[in-house]
Amino acid sequence: MNKKRRMFIRMIAASLVRRRSRMVVALLAIIVGATILAGLGMIYYDVPRQMSAQFRSYGANIIFMPSEGTFISDDAIRSAISVIPSSELEGYTPYRYENTSIHNIPVTLAGIDFTSVQKTSPYWHIEGEYPSSDGEVLLGAKVALSLGVKTGDKISALNSFEVTDNMDVSTVPEYEMYEDPATGDVYCDHQLDLTVTGIVETGGSEEEYAYISLNDIEYLTLVKRGYDIVEVSVASTSDNLSQYVTKINSDGQLSAKLIKRVTASETEVLTKLQSLVFIVTAVVLILTMICVATTMTAVIAERRREIGLRKALGADNSSIVGEFMSEGIVLGGIGGILGAVLGYVFAQLVSINVFGSGITFRPLLIPITIVVSVIVTGAACLIPIRNAVNVDPALVLKGE
Amino acid sequence: MSSLLELKNVSKIYGDLHALDNVSLTVDKGEWIAIMGPSGSGKSTMMNIISCMDKPTSGQVIFDGDDITKYSRRKLTEFHRDKIGLVFQQFHLINYLTAVENVMVAQYYHSMPDEKEALEALERVGLKDRAKHLPSQLSGGEQQRVCIARALINSPELILADEPTGNLDEANENIVLDIFRQLHKEGTSLIVVTHDPEVGEVAQRIIRLEHGRIASKK
Repeated sequence: MNKKRRMFIRMIAASLVRRRSRMVVALLAIIVGATILAGLGMIYYDVPRQMSAQFRSYGANIIFMPSEGTFISDDAIRSAISVIPSSELEGYTPYRYENTSIHNIPVTLAGIDFTSVQKTSPYWHIEGEYPSSDGEVLLGAKVALSLGVKTGDKISALNSFEVTDNMDVSTVPEYEMYEDPATGDVYCDHQLDLTVTGIVETGGSEEEYAYISLNDIEYLTLVKRGYDIVEVSVASTSDNLSQYVTKINSDGQLSAKLIKRVTASETEVLTKLQSLVFIVTAVVLILTMICVATTMTAVIAERRREIGLRKALGADNSSIVGEFMSEGIVLGGIGGILGAVLGYVFAQLVSINVFGSGITFRPLLIPITIVVSVIVTGAACLIPIRNAVNVDPALVLKGE
Repeated sequence: MSSLLELKNVSKIYGDLHALDNVSLTVDKGEWIAIMGPSGSGKSTMMNIISCMDKPTSGQVIFDGDDITKYSRRKLTEFHRDKIGLVFQQFHLINYLTAVENVMVAQYYHSMPDEKEALEALERVGLKDRAKHLPSQLSGGEQQRVCIARALINSPELILADEPTGNLDEANENIVLDIFRQLHKEGTSLIVVTHDPEVGEVAQRIIRLEHGRIASKK
């Protein structure tokens, strides 16, 4: 490095270090701008993921149905689910429906896994608790009303069917079995005693079912079979969802469908929200530029005498612009680095408070923030510097 | 002795005010002149015109054979860099640079900064041991000596000093005048604007200005 360049760096460093009380003001303006830019940038890019997760609270967005009037097997579910990236899969719940009667009122029983249904249907409002073991039932509000039962009551589900050869009746009490003397066929009035642990309210068709465990429904029917339907909740964009559905359907083991109403409104809300964040980011960026420009104007204005002196010592305008711009660029760079770090913290706080979960760190936003910060500071410095180099040395250096 | 600087019928008019009125003056190479006069007599205007920080309304300023009033901005920058050294009453040091760095700034714009040479210049004005001090850590006399070291570092043909002892006590005034004597002895031309008769007396010639005109030459 030649002596001239060394002196250049020495002057810039001296100005930044020894005038730090002045520079801190400018640096703060830049840091605040960079923080907001980086923070909103991260939020802007993370909104689809965050909102997608939020939308999952409104229920499943893909549904699996049997493809050829049969039932859905565990293998078919596994195969279909493998198409969806595990990072996007919120959960899935297979449903097995059976028509039974409870206290002589026909009720459709749904066999489900109570842990997974909490992920795919987080909007269910439960009065009481989810069943935690076999022998417990969650009643839809309408079913509970028609049965006249409440949480803690005991009910009996009755399933009447003809016993076939493939049924294992070893667990069925003898008194539940009877033979039709005319035909010789054996029938069973299989009964399952259940305790009501909770009542589900959704305002929708979910209230018309009684939910028991998959083990219980198998016990009650004495038939082991697949599922009638599988609800799947995926946190992804509507484009991705369509791709997954197409791929699953091409496999042919089951039929996958998008729940259009949810995905369409999700896309619409996302677009609006992203536009809003984009506009806010743009406005903040403009305000930051004005703020940095004002600060830099003040910082440079108080150095008019120094600029006049440098001119009197033989500095040409380009070297003065170069020196002062370099200071601005270094400040912009430092402010950008600090702003990127603080922006991540800012975005994290916003995300936790608004969406209730952390933000995804996007490394690319760090260099972008630094570059934008340098450009904004450089641009903000340019006008005051160009004005300052036009100062008349005789005026600023006069004796008084 | 050949002339270094020649002012030919130089006038500077601001509205109705004739700050300089048809002034003619010749300064020889190696000459030391003092420009004196009351406030508003045109001393500073004359200094600004000689140092090319201001242009005359009419007349010519010939420096080393060139009319510097016709210089382009680039030529003016070169003139400041190569031909003259400026000493100010207010010192005008850059407050965040040390004494030696302030001297090196003049080298930086002239040619190539050299810390050893800058330290030698500070040694000439008796400030080598204060080289790493910031202006705020120096007395007024010391700051003026740094200013002189900065003015002489590029060996200019002419040193222009505007009230160089105006803010100094007697002891520091003598130190500054001794430095000027030394520079003069080495052949540097000096133009010193001053109110102080003692400072004027040490010059070879005194030019007295009154109402923008040369009242007397001695």
